[in-house]
Amino acid sequence: MVISMGMTISEKILAKASGRKYVTPGEYVVGKIDLAMIHDLTGPLTLNVLKQVGYEKPWNSDKIVIIFDHQVPANSTITAELQKQLRKYAKKYGIKLHDVGRQGICHQILAEEYVKPGMLVVGADSHTCTLGALGAFATGIGSTDMAAVILTGELWFRVPESIRFELKGDLKLGVSAKDVILYIIGMVGADGALYCAVEFSGDGIRKMSIDSRLTICNMAVEMGAKTGIVDPDEKTMEYCGTGEIIESDKDAEYYKEFEINLNEIIPQVALPHSVDNVKPVSEVEGIEVDQVFIGSCTNGRLEDLEAAAEILKGRKVWKDTRLIIIPASPRVYMEAERRGYIRTFIEAGAVVCNPNCGPCLGGHMGILADDEVCVSTSNRNFVGRMGSPKSKVYLVSPQTAAATAVEGKLVDPRRYMGDMK
Amino acid sequence: MIIRGRVWLFGDNIDTDLILPGKYLILTDPNELAKHAFENIIEGFYSKISKGDIIVAGKNFGCGSSREHAPIALKYAGIGAIVAKSFSRIFFRNAINIGLPVVPSKEARDLLREGELITINLEDGYIEEENGRRIAIEKYPEFLLEILKDGGLIENLKRKLGRLNHGKNL
Repeated sequence: MVISMGMTISEKILAKASGRKYVTPGEYVVGKIDLAMIHDLTGPLTLNVLKQVGYEKPWNSDKIVIIFDHQVPANSTITAELQKQLRKYAKKYGIKLHDVGRQGICHQILAEEYVKPGMLVVGADSHTCTLGALGAFATGIGSTDMAAVILTGELWFRVPESIRFELKGDLKLGVSAKDVILYIIGMVGADGALYCAVEFSGDGIRKMSIDSRLTICNMAVEMGAKTGIVDPDEKTMEYCGTGEIIESDKDAEYYKEFEINLNEIIPQVALPHSVDNVKPVSEVEGIEVDQVFIGSCTNGRLEDLEAAAEILKGRKVWKDTRLIIIPASPRVYMEAERRGYIRTFIEAGAVVCNPNCGPCLGGHMGILADDEVCVSTSNRNFVGRMGSPKSKVYLVSPQTAAATAVEGKLVDPRRYMGDMK
Repeated sequence: MIIRGRVWLFGDNIDTDLILPGKYLILTDPNELAKHAFENIIEGFYSKISKGDIIVAGKNFGCGSSREHAPIALKYAGIGAIVAKSFSRIFFRNAINIGLPVVPSKEARDLLREGELITINLEDGYIEEENGRRIAIEKYPEFLLEILKDGGLIENLKRKLGRLNHGKNL
């Protein structure tokens, strides 16, 4: 007897990749990988593992990408040596390398150039879940898993339960995708989706741009999820050019389902030191800020820079506050330059750095000293994340970050939008 | 597989930045990484622990980054196993892949005391306290236990690839 059961997009992609008709949550499958990515910090560890295994030849050089983004251009002799090793490996096996000049935040480069709907994607970086926004199943893995993938082209997966968030309605002025995902994480907690695939559906996500969807899926891992994912649509196909449209069945089964009314959401902030410590910005306005960072794989895209530029245009960064802005990729950087945003930022008194991860993980460009406060559009505010264990990080949208930079203290950006001025 | 060691209690949501701060990701020598384990929250953790000690934590242990440097730092600092109410999935995979046993248990954190000596039996699925009390734990799927028994995915891969005569030697 054949039982016809609906499947989620995640189940369908894992079934396809493992050569099965269907799969159910909890099952272990071995999936064929369509795309694998390593960067300048997890790549060297992967090469170490390959060395220990005693084999290094990739299963398929065309399906591997190496992207420099964490500490690039090299900031020490140690990082220079690590990058040299990766260059050598890429050259030896004809693997595509995004070196200085073509470097950028790995998930943004993958979105712009490599990931297509229906793919099974693994990256040696936890925020690989970002790419689920394009209708792919994308998840982060460690360096040893990555070595196994590079050698065999396969990896075991436990088929995850899916949680669905149905987004309804429209966002209010001054509210962005970042506020939505912070709100959701605050609601379910840092382990609210542990091991699960988190699927975003509804007219709310359909109306959102690809940039916004990438922001939302990016932070799925901050509630413990294996991936964030969105059924592909015309916008996805326009963005990606090609790909296989795989969608959740109407009768697919979900472990949990939530409905989110977008018009009820106001600007949100995750307070130190946990991503689920979320409150409306309006409740904690006034905290003095030493540094503001706009960028990262969460919010370094064109739409984010546009939102920041709208607020910063004709205004100045507060005299005692530093503003660091980092476009996520060369494409984003060039378009922001063409539209005049970069000029706006520099005139406002910000520093604009080359595409890279920046201060997000406390390794490069904008590390915090003891007792400093940073308002950041990135995705983690753990103790010591951006430098000193005594520093504090507040996570917000680009709108909130830009308004905060102008005032030198945490502020609700709706004050800068039309009627609230 | 049997692991014996003293308990170190931790809370919920112990993240990878606490286990190993991002600035050390440029280190690739496991023994160097080990020296910085938990340095932002427990001064001298590295020199305080004894080989085989067991971390017993709350929910969502290892949340955050995919950095394998974090479980590596704990393993080479001498940690014998980690028991937690739940694990972040990337950390869970990474730990098994490097041969560091990670044991989900909803009860252990609330039953065990700081410093007590416990024994974990992975095949038979229990944690035993000094007084003989046993806490049942779920058994691993066979293929995961095999990776742990091999001491991690590297040895496991060597065996498998050796059979296949894959690629070429370095």
